[in-house]
Amino acid sequence: MSCHKVSLTVNGAKYAENAEARMTLVDFLRDVLDLTGTHVGCEHGVCGACSVIFDGKPIRSCLIYAVMADGHDVITVEGLEEDDGSLSPLQDAFWENHAMQCGYCTPGMLIATHQLLQENPSPSESEIRDAIGGNLCRCTGYQQIVEAVQMAAKKIKDNCV
Amino acid sequence: MKAAEFDYVKAKSLDEICLFLSQQAGEARIIAGGQTLVPLMAMRMARPNTLIDINDVEELKGIEITKKSVIIKACTRQSEVLESVDVRRSLPILSDALSHVGHTQTRNRGTVGGSLVNADPSAEISLIARLLDAEMTVHSVRGERVIKAANFFSSAMITNLDADECLTQVCFPIWSSVRTGFGFHETSIRASDYALASAAAQLSLDSSGQCRSISIVIGGATEIPTRISETEEQLMGSDLSDTEIKTAMEKIPEMLEPQADVHADADYRRRVACVLVGRALKDARERAKGSLV
Ligand SMILES: Cc1cc2nc3c(=O)[nH]c(=O)nc-3n(C[C@H](O)[C@H](O)[C@H](O)COP(=O)(O)OP(=O)(O)OC[C@H]3O[C@@H](n4cnc5c(N)ncnc54)[C@H](O)[C@@H]3O)c2cc1C
Ligand code: FES
Ligand code: FES
Repeated sequence: MSCHKVSLTVNGAKYAENAEARMTLVDFLRDVLDLTGTHVGCEHGVCGACSVIFDGKPIRSCLIYAVMADGHDVITVEGLEEDDGSLSPLQDAFWENHAMQCGYCTPGMLIATHQLLQENPSPSESEIRDAIGGNLCRCTGYQQIVEAVQMAAKKIKDNCV
Repeated sequence: MKAAEFDYVKAKSLDEICLFLSQQAGEARIIAGGQTLVPLMAMRMARPNTLIDINDVEELKGIEITKKSVIIKACTRQSEVLESVDVRRSLPILSDALSHVGHTQTRNRGTVGGSLVNADPSAEISLIARLLDAEMTVHSVRGERVIKAANFFSSAMITNLDADECLTQVCFPIWSSVRTGFGFHETSIRASDYALASAAAQLSLDSSGQCRSISIVIGGATEIPTRISETEEQLMGSDLSDTEIKTAMEKIPEMLEPQADVHADADYRRRVACVLVGRALKDARERAKGSLV
């Protein structure tokens, strides 16, 4: 068994902590850095609850060992809020549209759809459904999540003009 | 579940990977994107003593395109290949197939080489490698060898790679004829899940519209991607009319012995595979004629 120093940036802050080689990034975020916003569901890559943005791209944090994130940049759901700590337009739209019931999938859904809106500010319904294709929700039936993303896209656009 | 304990080393060069592998052949495993290996380790279906991380080895990353081939280094992310405009122009069937490999989030980590070595019967990249008879280059302290796709896959999840070998690149040949077309189809439970069955075809026509070269392959419904040479031979020289395609496909069902699981029984996979071959062939024909983009 090997233990490693993991130095990385999470939501703009630098951290350096030790981790056993077998510790996944999601466990490192939750149990070592105490960033419990990221959820862990299946632990083998199928549910998407653990999604984070890694060097600018969404990935599953249960499918990468923390030691492999050494030197990299991570954004978790905690990093999506506005500078003043209020909800982002996307988070607010999830709230407005009841896009969650138990909330287990929500951090992963937010990460996936945040990235979508960054890359494609006016996604079609099928593009939204494609972006959350790797994220399971057992409660909402996805409809309200799609509506939340549509509302957020509109709000962000209206605020820009 | 959590993985069992292991040691971790980060390789800095191909030489270092080969050295680590030779010192611990059988005990050490390469980790690339981790999109298959990490789940297997979490379920304790894989228990390597040591993981050799190849993600920082720059010589294993990148795409190189010539007139004759598309070369992809083993540790290139699937998303990078999918997003490459040059790959889509030179080898559109690979881009098409890649859009079915998992989800954005798994493609952002998963590598082309990892998928080939993993040799899942449903893997789209393996299917295209077999369709075009791609060449895999592998390295070890003993030297380099090139393995054709026809000899690379040995059975479900098993390749002919030795335990001390590292896949370094895959070379997909580009067919030179301008009247070349491809088709790719798959059926899965949800978009981007593993395929229950898949089929791909590539063919080229001569100036009179007759089939001059053809390759057809089935995945998912077979242990390894399988070329359907009987059908290929029957269609060579034909006009590829719907009737000729239908007749040439008659023997396919009896050639397949699909596995059954909770998602689909063997009969379903067999039937779907045939339908998919038909669709792939017709798309390929229309593209070769220039009537489908
Ligand atoms: C939710 C989900 C859905 C998926 N859906 C699909 C799908 O629809 N189609 C599909 O094809 N795949 C799918 N996958 C698998 C995915 O494509 C993986 O990326 C791929 O199978 C393995 O690539 P990797 O780079 O992650 O390899 P790893 O998981 O790191 O490694 C896989 C195996 O290959 C070996 N290996 C890796 N690189 C090398 C190398 N260069 N030389 C020698 N050995 C090497 C490793 O030792 C290991 O045994 C899915 C995965 C998930 C989690
Ligand atoms: S916990 Fe990572 S995908 Fe389910
Ligand atoms: S809100 Fe419960 S799983 Fe999505």
